[in-house]
Amino acid sequence: MDDTWVVIPLYNEEQVIGEVITGVLAEFPQVVCVDDGSSDNSAALAAAAGARVVRHPFNLGQGAALQTGFQYALSDPEMKYVVTFDADGQHQITDAVAMVNRLRAGEADVVFGSRFMDDRSKPNFAKRVVLRAAVGYTNMTTSTRLTDAHNGLRAISRPVVARLDITQNRMAHASELVAQIGESKARYVEHPVHILYTDYSKAKGQSLWNSINILADLMLR
Amino acid sequence: MKIVLIQLVLIVVVVLVAARLLRGRGARTQAVRRLGLLIFAALAVWSILFPTVWSRFAKLVGVGRGTDLVLYALVVAFLSFTLTTYVRFREFETRYTKMARRLALDEAGPPRAAATGAEPQEEPYAGS
Repeated sequence: MDDTWVVIPLYNEEQVIGEVITGVLAEFPQVVCVDDGSSDNSAALAAAAGARVVRHPFNLGQGAALQTGFQYALSDPEMKYVVTFDADGQHQITDAVAMVNRLRAGEADVVFGSRFMDDRSKPNFAKRVVLRAAVGYTNMTTSTRLTDAHNGLRAISRPVVARLDITQNRMAHASELVAQIGESKARYVEHPVHILYTDYSKAKGQSLWNSINILADLMLR
Repeated sequence: MKIVLIQLVLIVVVVLVAARLLRGRGARTQAVRRLGLLIFAALAVWSILFPTVWSRFAKLVGVGRGTDLVLYALVVAFLSFTLTTYVRFREFETRYTKMARRLALDEAGPPRAAATGAEPQEEPYAGS
């Protein structure tokens, strides 16, 4: 897995980030945390856990952090795959490994994680409704057909990463990423993943109100 | 139905202004904006000198009172202002994002060299 960079956008997750990175490093030796101007000790803890840390001078948003991580990974000539991974510990390393292996097998150029392909993940009712609406919107406006558009776990091969240019700094980047992959005609598959809704991730998660902001960002772009 | 005319005019203006401001940049857009400002100022002076002019103009396009017409014009002006500001803000955001990213990446250094070096990364902002 030395040819795979795990990109973790990081913003104020000091309670869990060390543990998350330790877990990822067990399978993936190359981990870059893009610290998006955290006001807590996240960046130092990430570096101490063994991740490479790229620090935004101030908060720019998760989309901007992902794009920074992509560019960092692209500057490594040996990089073949990029995995995007959430900092709050809701993703499973085993899922990430399986997704990279599907890329490696040549099955696709992009593997999207989906929490709706089986019933392991248990989003609450409101979250389910919003996520379904987001998928509906993304499928409607892009040339892709997905079951879960706002999943932070993805595995992307180098040529596709090189073509991505995320300009939506805030949360609308997820749809933008899907749209760009759709336009690039890359081959994509979805992979069933388990999203672990801990009390911690629930408390930190997206407010439902934010879905309105995401929609506005997408329409006014 | 007389009101249809003003509705038509306002809708066309809103759409055109929005399209124009969203699409073009550069010399032409700026020139159009400045001309618009000139016309606006001329109209303002005119209506100060002859307050009834709005009422007459309103009757011409099918609105009851001059005040209503001024209100409609204000709505259009405000909408175009909002859109221009939004577009400009987005451009600005894109620019400073790129600058901040460049800064962050330069500071982090090349990935492979550091990954093979045993030393953990220095904390540049420790204590801040």
